[in-house]
Formats: sequence, C-alpha cells, structure tokens
Amino acid sequence: MTIRTSITVNGKDTSREVEARTLLVHYLREELGLTGTHVGCDTSNCGACTVLLDGEAVKSCTVFAAQIHDCNITTIEGAAQADGSFSPVQEGFRQEHGLQCGYCTPGMIMASTALLTENPNPTEEEIRHALEGNLCRCTGYEMIVNAVRWAAENPNFTSGGAK
Amino acid sequence: MSLVGARVLRKEDPNLITGNGQYVDDLQPAGCTSMVFVRSTEAHAKIRSIDTAEALALPGVLAVWTSANIAQLANCPGGLPGLDQPLLAKDIVRFVGEGVAVVVATDRYIAADAAELIIVDYEPLPAVASLSAAMAPGAVVLHEVLGGNTVHFQDFENPLNEAFAAAPRTASLHIVNNRCAPSPIEPNVCLADWGRSGLTLWAAFQAPHHLRNTIAQYFGIPQDSTRVVAPDVGGGFGAKINFVPEFFLTALLSKEIGKPVKYTQTRSECLVAMLHGRAQEHDASVAFDNDGRILALKLTVTQDQGAYPNGTGMGLPVLTTAMAAGCYRIPAVAISWRNVVTNTTPVAAYRGAGRPEASFTIERLIDLIADETGVDPVEVRRRNFIPVDAFPYATHSPLAMYDSGNFAGALDELLKHVNYDELKKEQEKRRQDPAAKLLGIGFASWLEIAGFGPPGSLEAFGHLASWESAQVRIQPDGSAIIFTGASPHGQGTVTTYAQIAADELGIDFDRISVKHGDTAVVPQGIGTMGSRAVAVGGEGVKTASGRVYENAKRIAAHLLEASAEDIIIEDEKFFVKGTPARSVPWSEVAWKSFQPLELPGGMEPGALDSTVFQQVPNFSFPSGAYCCVVEIDRETGGVNIVNMYLVDDCGTVINPLLVEGQVHGGVAQGIAQALYEHMLYDPSGVPRTSTFMDYLVPAASDLPGYITGRINTPNPSNTLGAKGVGESGSVGAPPAVVNAVVDALSHLGVKHIDMPVTPIKVWNILEGAK
Repeated sequence: MTIRTSITVNGKDTSREVEARTLLVHYLREELGLTGTHVGCDTSNCGACTVLLDGEAVKSCTVFAAQIHDCNITTIEGAAQADGSFSPVQEGFRQEHGLQCGYCTPGMIMASTALLTENPNPTEEEIRHALEGNLCRCTGYEMIVNAVRWAAENPNFTSGGAK
Repeated sequence: MSLVGARVLRKEDPNLITGNGQYVDDLQPAGCTSMVFVRSTEAHAKIRSIDTAEALALPGVLAVWTSANIAQLANCPGGLPGLDQPLLAKDIVRFVGEGVAVVVATDRYIAADAAELIIVDYEPLPAVASLSAAMAPGAVVLHEVLGGNTVHFQDFENPLNEAFAAAPRTASLHIVNNRCAPSPIEPNVCLADWGRSGLTLWAAFQAPHHLRNTIAQYFGIPQDSTRVVAPDVGGGFGAKINFVPEFFLTALLSKEIGKPVKYTQTRSECLVAMLHGRAQEHDASVAFDNDGRILALKLTVTQDQGAYPNGTGMGLPVLTTAMAAGCYRIPAVAISWRNVVTNTTPVAAYRGAGRPEASFTIERLIDLIADETGVDPVEVRRRNFIPVDAFPYATHSPLAMYDSGNFAGALDELLKHVNYDELKKEQEKRRQDPAAKLLGIGFASWLEIAGFGPPGSLEAFGHLASWESAQVRIQPDGSAIIFTGASPHGQGTVTTYAQIAADELGIDFDRISVKHGDTAVVPQGIGTMGSRAVAVGGEGVKTASGRVYENAKRIAAHLLEASAEDIIIEDEKFFVKGTPARSVPWSEVAWKSFQPLELPGGMEPGALDSTVFQQVPNFSFPSGAYCCVVEIDRETGGVNIVNMYLVDDCGTVINPLLVEGQVHGGVAQGIAQALYEHMLYDPSGVPRTSTFMDYLVPAASDLPGYITGRINTPNPSNTLGAKGVGESGSVGAPPAVVNAVVDALSHLGVKHIDMPVTPIKVWNILEGAK
C-alpha cells in the first residue's frame, strides 16, 4: 500500500508516494538523498538518525514518513545558519573535538540543538542526561559535553558566511 | 612555528558536521541493489533443507543464494585451513549469526521481506557455548578434523615449580576477561560493482589494500583491476580488519546479476556477525616475598576463538602472554596458552587486542600482592618497576624488547593529581558509617606493545608487510598532496599528517591535503591498526617530506645561484642564509620543478615527488599510570566512578587535542568493559545481548569526566618520537576500575571480581557480608 506524504524538509516542500512502512530515515536518505542522517541500530537506542520534527528531536528510524504529513523536518544538512555559517553547535563540535569518526555526529548535533532550544544554558549533568539517547563509540563523551557548552557560551557565533 | 605539538583543529570536521561525510551506505550508484542475509538462529545444527521458493517468487527479488550456489568456491579467507568459515554455511551451522542464505532485491525492504520467506530446516546438535563446556570430556566436537575443540596448546617451557616452591608467598587468580562486541556505530557495510572493467568494492574497512589483495587472489583476478575503497568509515576498533563473507558475496552477486550490490548490516546482525574481542580466561600465579617483591609469574591464557578460528584471533594470546609481566622486573616468567573453539561468534581484534587482557591480569595480581602483604598498592608497584636506566629491557618474550618508558615517573605525575592520603582516610571513615557510600581507589600502571611494526610483525597476522607507505606530491602551485596507505576511521590522520608535513616541507597547513582509503589512488599500503598510524605511517610522511624538501632546496639554490646548504625557508619562501633580500617562493620552486630547463644539473622532473615504504626497527611501548576512584551504593550495589585520573606516555604528541580524544575514547571503552559490556550466551549458545537494548554500550550519562596528564619518553624507533595512543585507554582503564571496586570491598575479604562489575555482583557480595 502506498500513501502520498508531503513533508517540509530543511525549508523545502517534498512530496512522494511512499509505502506505508517507509521509515522517515529511509525517506530522507533514499528518496531525498539527504545521507547526513545515519542509521546505527534497529532498536532506537543509538540516536544516529536524530532529526528535528517541528523543532523537537526525534529518532527518524522510529517515525514513518507517512505519519508526519505536513510536518517540518530539519536534518543535519539544514543545521547551518541562513548565511552558510556553521551553527553554534556545529562550530562547538569542531572547536572542542566533539567528533572522531563522525558517524554519530549528525544525530548528536541535532539532539544538542534541540537541548539548547529548550535549555540555552545547560549544566554538564543536564547535557549528559539530554544526550543519553545518542551513543558515541569514539569520544568518551567529555568533548561532546564541552562542544555543547561551547555552543551555549557562543549563541551568536557566526563565521560571516564562511563555510 | 612548529605545528607538531600544536592544538590544531581537524581538517576532517567541516564535512562531518554538515552531513557531507561519505560513508559506504551513503553511496547509491544507478541500479544499486540490496543484499540481506538469512543468519542461523541455531548455535550448532545440521541443515536438513532450505526452501527458497517463496522468496524467489517475490517481485523485486533478483537472486537467492545458499551454499549450493557457490559449492565450488573456497571458504572465507583469513581462517585456519580446514577450520575456516564457508561464505554460506554448508550442511552445518556453528554459531548463531552464521550466514545461511542471502537475498538480493531491488530495495532493502523487499530483500528483507524475501529473507523472511526462506525456511531453513535445522536438526539441532548439542552446543558448547563456553570454554569449560568446550573442554569438558565428551564435549561435542565442532570440527571433526580437530578431533576435539582445542586448536592449539602451547605448554610452559619451564613451569617454574622450584621458584614457586621456594618463594615465601604465592597467590593465584582465575580471571575471566569478558567477551566484548566492538560495536562501531557504523556496522559493517559494503558495496560491490563488478563490471567489464573489473571489481570495485567500497567497504567500511581499516586496511583497504589488504582486502584488495586478498579479494583479487580469492577470485583469481588481477589486482590492477580490483579496487577497494574505504571512504569515511564510522569507527573500526579492530573489528574492520577481518575478512568476512559479506565482501565476497556482494562481489559475486554483483558479477552474477550485473548490478551494484550493497550490504548494510543491521545492529542486531552486527552484534553476532562482526567478530568479537577479548574472551579469554587466565590462570595466573605469582610468587613474591614479604615486602611485595615479585619473584616469579606464571600465566596460562585460554582463548575462546568462537566457531571459526582466524589468524588474528590466534595471535591474541601470543600478545597477551608477551606482555604478561607489564612494567615490572620479574626474574622468572612462564607462559602458556591454548586456543579453543566454541559455538559462538568468532573472536579477533578489539581495541588493544590481547594487551588489555595482559595489563588487567598483572595489575590485578599487583593489588593481590598488596592485599596479601599489607604493602600499599602504590608501593608494590614502585618496588617492582623496571627502572628508567634498564632500557632496552629484554623480557621473557622475544617479541617484547621494551625500549623506553618511565613507569615511576608516570606514577609520580599521577599522584600529583590524586589526593591519595586524604582519599584513604575518607575511605576508612565511610566504612564506619553504614549510611555512607563505600569508597575505592584503584591504580593501574600499564604498558602495551603497539606501533605494529617491525618486519615480520604484521606478516604473522596475514598482512603483506609491516611498513607503511607515504607519498608526498608537490603540485605545480606549491601545494602538496600526501597519499597514505594508512586508512583512518576517526583518528584524525588527515590532520596529523598535514601537521607533520607542514613542518618538514615549510608549506602552509592549509595547502596540504591528505588522501587515503582508495587502492586505485594510494600506493600499496597496510592499514590503520595496532596504534601504528603515527608511529609508522606518520614517520613515513616525515621521511618522504624530508626528501622532497631536500630536493626543493637544491632547486631553490639553483634558482638563487647559491649552495643548497645555505638555503633556509620561512613563510613559504626559500632564502639564502644572511641575505633576506634574495628569495624564491615555494610556488616558483614547485612550478619549475616540472620544467627540465629550470632544474639543476642531474635533476629530473618529478624530484618533488617521493614515495616511502617506512620501516621501523621495533614495536613501540606506550605506557601510563591511571587512577580510578569509585563510590559504591550499599543498597543497590551500583558503582559510580567519581574521578578518573589518566597520565599517558605516548612519546611525542603531534596534536594534543587528538591525543586527548584518543585517550578519552579508549578509556571509555575500558570503563565499558569493566562495568557494562558483556556478550553473553546461554548454555545452548543463544546470544542474550544481541541488540543495543541488552548490550550496554555506555551513553554520556554512564561515563565520568577525565582528568588527564602526560609524561614524555620519546620512542627511539622513529625520529618523531611518537609511540601511538589509540589503544592506550582500553589497556589502562579496566584494571584501574576493577582495582578500585575491589579496594572498596577489600574489608569484606574480596580478592577479585570478574568484569563487568555489575550491580548484582556487588550487591551479592554486600548481602553475603551482612
């Protein structure tokens, strides 16, 4: 069975005829070619597939594309600022070495972005708690915590459009 | 200013933080199809029949293969002759997760549907899911050709009976080093496209040339038209060096159906099909005097190889026993090991590969000696350390000729951070207060063997050689491209190599690119494993850059009509020493290096292009001193790490930011092994931890912050002085954590707890003591 779904992704309207069972992550990666969102598990534990659904962090492996008709999705490809500058969270990850292999990073950045929207000045404990649904196998997390703190301390970061 | 040693931000990051990384699963060539496995649900069974009819009939299915389709093909490379794993199980399965059939379909959903329709009729056999079961008299035999389940037994050369009989004191431990699943967040992924011009295989792999050479040999096709590409790789930790059937099956099926075939492993598959690590049991005895001085050490390692032993797995107990004595001067050391097959996932390298096991046991024994003699654990370490003036130090093992270190110095540095006396007082106070959490302080003075390696070292694991390639190519505009045979997957090698080259070449860091991972582009290489990328590969970059720089100086001298010895470089300009007015920019030297008419006599175009196959004379020996402070909740048995102090000696640091990252990551995996992770099987061989719901990869909320320090004894085997740091944390952290827990409970008579130290184990101890 196929269903037509219309989803706004990174500000652009998309519309596709999809199988009812198509996961949002596969819609993003395979229908739209937005491969920055990754898959790391099949039990919604790892958070590599985290995107923003109407501003809230969700795991796109546990959302059906057909289920979010007329919703707004932001993926890592839409995380940068309008002028092309990295977002404060992206820049924080770079400044604080919050990534190594980079596979969990898009999900981490989206989950951190959602956290800072809700709580612009989180403590270390609040950051660790907020990111407990996102697994990283490389960093040991301290530098991810530092990256989020960097973003909290530099909310107006801009590189003047330099990417 | 030197870039080596500077905190430089990574060149890798802009792509990775914007979703522009390119991992294998991101590739979707035209006509790409999807392969899905049917994997065994039985640990040990005969296959009576496989019914594929319904699967084949499903629209969109392009192929369904069982072993019958590939009967003429050899088994998967990398195994031991006669004990190797078939690409798809023939007649019999030997572990849950072994591939039984594969489906290729136009998309992954259809392929998964078809796999569900395949009916495998099994006749279950008794299974052996543990070392004790596999070695029990009358145990079912996995491989008839062996006659039993022991693959290899290396006995003691001398069991040191006299030394133990004569010693004032002896103590023994039986230690289980828990089986772990490496679990990179990107599972195994590969994409094969075998067309008229040859085979290209994109693979999440740590050693692309190793795979290219092997896959070409396996199919009997030339290596020139076989290409392996490891693009961005989402973590490896040793688990992506192994040859697994997936690579060979996607290639074969691509040739068969004439389309690209992609395989993307699910996490549940990854936990049972990606090779496991550790899985050793140790019988360790130590003889010592009343002052805690060690007189003799005896270690037998029993290595669980899983169902199909492979070269790397067989090497693990060799490394463990080579490093059995750690950083201590022990007059007599006896080692013995045994490799045993069980009905479980095969075992190979996982971060540290054999060395965390060694360090765990010797560091547990040190604390046991402290407990027996009443000498403080820090003091026992000091009394037994190999002193700094003893290097080079020959150990009991011909593999391990320690060449540098300062074990007492690292411990001194550590104790500057740890308020040890205060902590001991606090521990005593809390023991008297039933409402207080128990406190434990654990130390580990660890040492590992890394920087693989000297000639012969990697050959023993099936690799072509042990050098690493580096090619430096100056472009006509004076920028540089570096090609490396090391194939990084998170280490930041692109950045560190550019730092090394920038210093050697005098070219700006931003005008140096580093390419890797593509066998069609990079000179024959070896790969990233065993903490070798800087100690061997980075040294190669330095050597090649130095050669290019010498020739560039000759060209500059020719252009400036001066002698090459008088040429110096600053801000990408070559000067004649003492005459700053006369200079020629790197860009001009580079441009003219391609023009025969501009070159000094005897020099040919291409002089600013150098390829080096860097050899090193010895392994490297990273070491360090770690301290873990834990609190234990008396009600729940829960262990909480209060502080983790880490002093590393990795020799010269190229980039402190990246070294810190490697230490943190290794320590996190070490803590995970100590407290959380355990790949568990029930007695029938069914895995009980085959999803991330059950297998506890820790999250940010499960791990502490880290307090780091450093000492530096340079590596004498390379001119950089770097030893490698990738594996360090995984070697040092487990004994520090477990020593802390045992210390917290030592007043209850606890001598040892096996990893992972779960709340229920601790709670049972606390309840038993009531």
